[in-house]
Amino acid sequence: MSALLEIRGLEVVFDGFRALGGVDLTVEQGELRFLIGPNGAGKTTLIDVVTGLTRPASGTVRFAGTELGGLREHKIVRLGIGRTFQTSVVFEELTVVENLDLAAGFRRPLPTLLRQRRGVSDTVAAALDTIGLGDLADRPAGVLSHGQRQWLEIGMLIAQKPRLLLLDEPVAGMSRDERDRTGELLTEIARDHTVVVVEHDMEFLRRYASQVTVLHEGKVLVEGDVATVQADPRVQEVYLGRTKKEAA
Amino acid sequence: MESLLNQLPVGLSIGAVLLLIALGLTFTFGQMGVINMAHGEFIMAGAYTAYMLQDWFHGQAVIVALPVAFVVAGTLGWILERAAIRHFYGRPLDTLLLTWGVSLVLQQAARDLFGAPNVQVTAPSWLSGRVELLGGNLPYARLFIMGLATACVVGIWAYMNRSRQGRRMRAVMQNRELAAVSGVATGRVDQLTFFIGSGLAGVAGVALTLIGPVGPSLGTYYIVDAFLVVVAGGLGQLRGAVIAALALGMLNSYGEFWTDASLAKVIVFVVIVGFLQVRPQGLFVLRSRALT
Amino acid sequence: MSARLRGYALFAGVAALFLVVAPLALPAFRLDELAKYLCFAIAALGIGLAWGQGGMLTLGQGVFFGLGGYAMGMYLKLHDAGGDLPDFMVWSGVDKLPALWKPFGNPVFALAAVVVVPVVIATLLGVLVFRQRVRGAYFAILTQALAAAFVILLVGQQGLTGGTNGLTNFYDFFGQDPEADSTQRTTYFVTAIVLGVLYLLARQLVKSRFGRLLVAVRDGEDRVRFLGYNPATVKTITFAISAGMAGIAGALFVPVVGIISPSLLDVVPSLELVVAVAIGGRYTLAGAVLGAVAMNYAKTSFSEQWADGWLYLEGALFIGVMTLAPRGAVGVYEQVRDAIARRRKPVPAPPTASEVPA
Repeated sequence: MSALLEIRGLEVVFDGFRALGGVDLTVEQGELRFLIGPNGAGKTTLIDVVTGLTRPASGTVRFAGTELGGLREHKIVRLGIGRTFQTSVVFEELTVVENLDLAAGFRRPLPTLLRQRRGVSDTVAAALDTIGLGDLADRPAGVLSHGQRQWLEIGMLIAQKPRLLLLDEPVAGMSRDERDRTGELLTEIARDHTVVVVEHDMEFLRRYASQVTVLHEGKVLVEGDVATVQADPRVQEVYLGRTKKEAA
Repeated sequence: MESLLNQLPVGLSIGAVLLLIALGLTFTFGQMGVINMAHGEFIMAGAYTAYMLQDWFHGQAVIVALPVAFVVAGTLGWILERAAIRHFYGRPLDTLLLTWGVSLVLQQAARDLFGAPNVQVTAPSWLSGRVELLGGNLPYARLFIMGLATACVVGIWAYMNRSRQGRRMRAVMQNRELAAVSGVATGRVDQLTFFIGSGLAGVAGVALTLIGPVGPSLGTYYIVDAFLVVVAGGLGQLRGAVIAALALGMLNSYGEFWTDASLAKVIVFVVIVGFLQVRPQGLFVLRSRALT
Repeated sequence: MSARLRGYALFAGVAALFLVVAPLALPAFRLDELAKYLCFAIAALGIGLAWGQGGMLTLGQGVFFGLGGYAMGMYLKLHDAGGDLPDFMVWSGVDKLPALWKPFGNPVFALAAVVVVPVVIATLLGVLVFRQRVRGAYFAILTQALAAAFVILLVGQQGLTGGTNGLTNFYDFFGQDPEADSTQRTTYFVTAIVLGVLYLLARQLVKSRFGRLLVAVRDGEDRVRFLGYNPATVKTITFAISAGMAGIAGALFVPVVGIISPSLLDVVPSLELVVAVAIGGRYTLAGAVLGAVAMNYAKTSFSEQWADGWLYLEGALFIGVMTLAPRGAVGVYEQVRDAIARRRKPVPAPPTASEVPA
């Protein structure tokens, strides 16, 4: 009974198009799981369903024993699921610290929200430290570079103290250095969090992934550790085919 | 029971007027997301066009005015789009306030040009009779407006679905960037969309001269209801606008019948807020995956 | 820290200007006019909060202004009538006091209603509308439709509301003659102090965590959901506060001007308030207040000279501001200030993102 996230028979239909056709997925407590698959495989849709952004046609999503079906987005967050988006969204007019403070604050009762923030809470300080944006703490988030925004988003995610983190393509559009830095960040976070990462980048996958689930045309194709998945001929055909030589 | 049936044509004809006004908005607001508060003043411009043409065409001015008002109001709209609105795309609320400034100026200009008192446009004599319908009396003028609204709907539908220009217009509405990279000159499409939308306001203005006097603030009486039609119908949806306009017309008519005119407006408002509980994006929506 | 001190000093200076200088320098009727502008400024403060900070363009503040005003007017009318029917009811052929009016004979009830009724109605509308994620232009149109419906209702229910004339001819304002200079002076002070207090409260709200959250909702409502907050709650609370402010403004307006009528609450006056906020500068509360006072002053003095021209000027001013200075007068001031500061001492450019070590 250590499954944190249990997805069963999940189907999603957009105006007749089946984006997900019966997906089963189990994520154990403490796991670092990579979700891969070619474009249109349904990776982001899967995250959207878990976080309440998309309503499934059928199937169930259970989180720590709670059925998530029909819950609104913020309620799901309050249960302990946090996510990032492919295109990072941070609040540009607020400072880095204010962004983090906001993320850390949803458990505060309303009356305390009416008070001004004094100083930096431990949670925020820790998140700031983890993402390494301490120097920019009091700068508006609008001045951050693309990579820094992604880190701020990850920091906001940590500050939320979720039990499950869903990262949607965290290294898309990043430079090589930024990727390395993000990889280290990911390893660090995964030490004491359960994390699901949707990723396109194969090299990143090989370096940092252990458990991988491959989605293809709305269904789970293969599941297992990196080596097994890479060796699987079906995976090579639909996804790794292009990089076969490289993989071998 | 008989008087209940009486209200039906009344509701239909209010609905037809609302529809005529809202049709223009489905272009400017629906297709382009521009809240043009000066739309009401384009209606007024159309109505005064009919008034001006009386000097030459007397009783037939209304008929001549239909195409002329379309061009006059359309040109006003085109100028507005070129001069101001195109700098405001993506800022719908600012556009709203900007065009309200324009509407103030246009109203005052009408007051200076035509005088503050209302004027009358003489309807063609062949529109002066009445017809017995469902036990009630329906003036020919109202019937004419219903016919005009129907003709406009059919025309717009054909244009949007059958012509190249119309398809381009829909493409730009659904995905501006994609349309642009696919070789559609979005700027030109915007100009045309605005011209047609504003022109339809002019047509509506001519129709309004058949049922009441013309004054500088003519447009303000109808503009709020017309926007409600678009909100309830769903953005950019022709069939939504048709259904919503007729429903609102009926609601107004029966609301006035059962309570009184002042409560009817409140009822309409409550019903629309209630309706948004079931269909927050109006009757018909284009479904998409994108976040916001 | 010094910026903060400067802020307090500025506030104290403005407060002194309004509480000491203006009452000494202005004749009673000009002071009364100023009190009227301050009433609008209170309503504008609410708009600054809802629109500038929260991104909710509310075009129906006249409704809440009116609710406050009518609550106050109803009490004054009943008080003047002294147990009889208010005069306009007699003229409209009403023979029994409507049930809706009865509790307003009690001043405590009436004064509470000034705030509570607008807040309740705004909360109700906010819950229904924001929960369904109706926003932006749709929200603006709905509030405008509400204003239109409200005015038609007021005009139509002659016997209940005084119709087009509204409520007027008050003879006794809490024991004072409303026309007397001393009463006008008192209402001026009350209005100015209420504005000052509400401004400080609103400013505190903006600076608080709630205020930061509000800005976040304005700039990315959908993202805020994934931080575990319900944006609908944040927006509803803010909208209700702004409605309450409009209600207070309307209630103060009644003794200051001596009338509350539908034409003051219609679509156009509601929009004019928003215009004033935009011209002053919507993103700061001070801008909203400044805009309301300046616009209404300009309107009064200009209309005295050339009534028809005012509409051209207002329209042109507005088109100009939206096109050239969407951040309003405060935005222009900030730009000029920054430009001067930069010329005086060239500050090293702020570190661009790429220069900062990660």
